[in-house]
Amino acid sequence: MSPVTSFTIRKTEFQNRVFVASGTFGYGDEVGNLVDTSLLGGIMTKSLSLKPRAGNPPRRIVETPSGMLNSIGLANIGVEKFLKEKLPFLRSLRTKIIANIAASSTDEYCEVLRLMDSEEGIAGYEINVSCPNVKEGGLSFGTDCKKVREITEKLRLLTDRPLIIKLTPNVTHISEFARAAQEAGADAISAINTLVGLAIDLRTRKPKLSTVTGGLSGPAIKPVALAKVYEIAQAVEIPIIGIGGIASTEDALEFLIVGASAVQIGTMNFVEPSIAGTIARGIEEYAQRQNLKDVGELVGTLDANIEFSPLYSWLH
Amino acid sequence: MEFFQERVHVTSREEIAPGIFVLRFRSPAIARQCRPGQFVNIRSDASFVPLLRRPFSISDVDKDEIEMLFNVVGKGTQILSRKIAGDEVDLIGPLGRPFDCSRTATHAMLVGGGLGVAPFPFLTRALIAEGHRITSFVGARTADQVISRNIKNCHVATDDGTKGFHGTVVELLRCFLEKESVDNVQIYGCGPAAMMRALSNLAHEKKVRCVVSLEGDMACGIGICQGCPVERREGEKKYSLVCTEGPVFDCEEIVIR
Repeated sequence: MSPVTSFTIRKTEFQNRVFVASGTFGYGDEVGNLVDTSLLGGIMTKSLSLKPRAGNPPRRIVETPSGMLNSIGLANIGVEKFLKEKLPFLRSLRTKIIANIAASSTDEYCEVLRLMDSEEGIAGYEINVSCPNVKEGGLSFGTDCKKVREITEKLRLLTDRPLIIKLTPNVTHISEFARAAQEAGADAISAINTLVGLAIDLRTRKPKLSTVTGGLSGPAIKPVALAKVYEIAQAVEIPIIGIGGIASTEDALEFLIVGASAVQIGTMNFVEPSIAGTIARGIEEYAQRQNLKDVGELVGTLDANIEFSPLYSWLH
Repeated sequence: MEFFQERVHVTSREEIAPGIFVLRFRSPAIARQCRPGQFVNIRSDASFVPLLRRPFSISDVDKDEIEMLFNVVGKGTQILSRKIAGDEVDLIGPLGRPFDCSRTATHAMLVGGGLGVAPFPFLTRALIAEGHRITSFVGARTADQVISRNIKNCHVATDDGTKGFHGTVVELLRCFLEKESVDNVQIYGCGPAAMMRALSNLAHEKKVRCVVSLEGDMACGIGICQGCPVERREGEKKYSLVCTEGPVFDCEEIVIR
């Protein structure tokens, strides 16, 4: 018998545990025939703000060893255009749509969510409090525990749909932020957003990115992401959606084992657009080989002597 | 426009000048669909270094084969330069907005700097088929880097004067425009940013329509990553994406930096 692949966040059922990460799958209509989206647990949309954002000047992308730096700066069409021009198509897909929201004030987050909450076809929200590439909002929110708590509390009052807070790894202890989000009513944590990074052009001695620093993603960050998810898993009860350099079924399984209930595929969508569906299938096959009734039986099964973990001694 | 992902075989590899290669692939779906100026996004192997696909202009099409012209500039192009007949690569394409060859007959002037000539063989055939007259201008640093393969009516410029005109290809074009009596001209340009900027300025000064094919640092090639913006001159929208709204742009639409 094939194992159960579905799982639930706040009464909303997703058909499997593999999502595509915000900013790596656009508004769902760009991939054409390359991807069968019905194989996905869900699509996290490009970050949406109240007004359209043009994004940062070029150069916005630099490849680095096994990864890439980006400084897109939340270029997006704005919530209004999204609802009118993109949501009808997304609704027609046989997968769930999570709207990712970015903002430069608590009020803006609330306003965007309010506009979306009256629309059918949005299964939930992922709140980006962790973009490293904008001056206002972004990291200044994501590295302030009180602000994360405040934003989560306010948004919780506005919706009964799943509310997922996407955290940055650019803090000393990410688990404190996860705990604050949980206490403020978040239904799940997405982790991690990109790590702040820098690349230099030796010929000109200038930074390669127009904004000097950018966000590092891709296979290079997987071990960091795993450690962050592991840390969060020790601190909260709510589900964690693990993100960071996943490029194979094996990578995704590692995240489930350290405590993620689900995963997102990010940078690798650029390289292999259909990879998320392949990984979803790969997880199911692994669970079947392991004679599991439910893929969820894998979550948090890390066999570690945590007494020896420096992280553990800090957390307790 | 429709695009495909194809796992394809290399059918031939040729080093046409020191460090400059022509690779051919059997890629039926892409060959059938593609138009001059479009590109493919290539993954040369499954490794993480390089991680991202690399965009390459389609330099020509022959039945179910496509041809790509490139020089070795980094790890990705080094791997590609070592591919031999029978090796596999993964392509996504054809991508981007092609050159518009269907306008009423013009005197088409193709202006390429370095590897910027890559899309010209394909473009030349399409323009000839539509009845345009063609004059080409090819620039390179030095004589052995001049690529005039499958380019018609070719005038050459080299930076060091070892072949043809001593100077830049844009200076050569200026001399030509000022000396010859030509009308109904349209310029098609492709090359490094500094050359595109000079070409755009010249076209503006001479009041000649000029389209250019630009490069951009892109991760996806299909409009998702937002990595390849080019600044627009006016209008509500600040940027266009090279991958989906280009790579071909009218010079009057954009600011080349």
